[in-house]
Amino acid sequence: MTPKELALKSIGYRKNILKYIYGANAGHTGGSLSCIDILNVLYNHTLNVGPDNFKSPDRDRYIQSKGHCVEALFVVLADKGFFPESDLETLCRYKSHYIGHPTRKVNGVEQNTGALGHGLPISVGTALAAKMDKKAYRVFTLLGDGELPEGSNWEAALTAAHYKLDNLTAIIDHNKLQITGRTSDVCNTDPIDQKFESFGWAVRHVDGHNFKMLQETLDELPFTEDKPSLIIAHTVKGKGISYMEDELKWHHGVPNKQQFAQAIEELDNAVAAL
Amino acid sequence: MGAIIDNVLVSDKANLEVFSGTLQNLAELDRDIVVVTSDSRGSGKLGPFGQKYPAQIVEIGIAEQNLVGVAAGLASAGKKVFAVSPACFLTARALEQIKNDVAYSDNPVKLIGISAGVSYGALGSTHHSLHDFAVLRAVNNITVVAPADNFETEQAIAQAATSNHPFYLRFGKKVMPALPADIDNSFNFGKGRIIREGKDLTIIGTGETVYPAWQAAEKLEQDYNIQAMVISMHTIKPLDYELLARVAANGNPIITVEEHSVYGGLGEACASFLLQHNYHNPFKIMGIPDEYTVTGSQNEIFNHYGLSESGIADTALKILKQKH
Ligand SMILES: Cc1ncc(C[n+]2csc(CCOP(=O)(O)OP(=O)(O)O)c2C)c(N)n1
Ligand SMILES: [Mg+2]
Repeated sequence: MTPKELALKSIGYRKNILKYIYGANAGHTGGSLSCIDILNVLYNHTLNVGPDNFKSPDRDRYIQSKGHCVEALFVVLADKGFFPESDLETLCRYKSHYIGHPTRKVNGVEQNTGALGHGLPISVGTALAAKMDKKAYRVFTLLGDGELPEGSNWEAALTAAHYKLDNLTAIIDHNKLQITGRTSDVCNTDPIDQKFESFGWAVRHVDGHNFKMLQETLDELPFTEDKPSLIIAHTVKGKGISYMEDELKWHHGVPNKQQFAQAIEELDNAVAAL
Repeated sequence: MGAIIDNVLVSDKANLEVFSGTLQNLAELDRDIVVVTSDSRGSGKLGPFGQKYPAQIVEIGIAEQNLVGVAAGLASAGKKVFAVSPACFLTARALEQIKNDVAYSDNPVKLIGISAGVSYGALGSTHHSLHDFAVLRAVNNITVVAPADNFETEQAIAQAATSNHPFYLRFGKKVMPALPADIDNSFNFGKGRIIREGKDLTIIGTGETVYPAWQAAEKLEQDYNIQAMVISMHTIKPLDYELLARVAANGNPIITVEEHSVYGGLGEACASFLLQHNYHNPFKIMGIPDEYTVTGSQNEIFNHYGLSESGIADTALKILKQKH
């Protein structure tokens, strides 16, 4: 897909994220909007995975560590044909499998996540299995920036480098916000790149909303042979909706009727402007 | 410990809200009170606390193991520490820190498990704490408490603050109506609180299940002229054996109700005591069964598993029928 086609797709994804969060009156709005362009490029450009090969042991794996942004994942999985989009009308309803975090009851979901700091260790294990079995599949995981202080991430980072897992890519959705405030104020993790480099990872920065740059960067994996790769994706929480961008309260804020209408209008205008 | 409170101070708020208000009052009087959070001050309703007492709150970031370790260190150096994080992460992720750094080392940290049980309903199993009673019952030297209403919450926080030993207190974010305090208006750790007298059976609840247990008892009286005694067993450990022995003595059926797995919690703690002391009352544990928990809101999950007025009343009718 061309960057322009991807851009158009992302607008549709954003509409759906907002539609289903609005319908469920629950969800993680800001972080879903900050990572959706990354998921878009992963699923429509990079990953060798879809409904047809999801059972294949050779498929690429995507494990979403920042599980709270499940709406972004569900919307993309629906678009890929893993399940009918209308299923998402049951989001967070009684007895629905479409709950507020990824679960394997939903077709296309690799791992049950939601407690932060689990995606990287599981991804390390999955990537290690590929090496043991001499398989070519790759493993991708998406972390929040506020998630980084969980010690399990750093333990897994050591293991990944130790076993030279160049089939593993971690992407940090670096939107600089978490629940309480700016990530740099809550627990400063800077400089993330130097920390991971000193742990033995190859690190690149990208603009997490620039489709061309995301495509090119992902095409160059692994960045260094025998090293796990880290992509620090600079993003904006709430991206695409003027009044949500970089605003703390939209972490799990749900738009009201008028806000929802405005958001959809802004996205319609974005289509026209493409 | 356990001053008798002659009027119910607060009611009809979420216990979480009462927790944060009580903590503010304590912090005003005692500058050694320190709250430690893991990106959880919003969920813990501690935003106002942070604004009023910025020098008495320590933000750790999303790192619950670190949260409990740091809290233990602060407590060992004389701070009166409340470590606040969602119950699910606090008691699972940081269990080893709780076991070693808090309980075993006897560092007097007050662990506050917020949004406990299935308060986070539709966020799913990662966010539920249905294991916390079970794991902490098996850890020596920690008092485990689930206050039922605003009064119990306020008392539990205030009394725990004065103790030099570890505590785990858990509560939810749902608004909790005040329970009748005409029979027992006191709160003492390790002493169950009688909410309602009754000659036909005994329903023992804890935390947010005491209210539906009381509602069920009212319904049983109105619809069937059945008199159910209701107990708020707010302290899971140490359990009030004296009260248990007293209510078991007449042979009446006993039902326990908890927002926890049916394994390892209030019910099994009661059963263990009763069997080992030769009480063979008809006995039923109500809670969340050992299965993939149904998805939905806290209310929907409660209703699904019968932790509701009608569910508890039905169980009472069944167990009474068995008896005769
Ligand atoms: C172990 C654990 N602790 C706490 C939480 C509660 N929680 C959910 S999202 C979140 C903030 C995450 O911030 P960040 O990683 O920056 O995510 P994003 O900004 O992308 O939404 C927190 C504290 C959790 N889900 N898991
Ligand atoms: Mg963030």
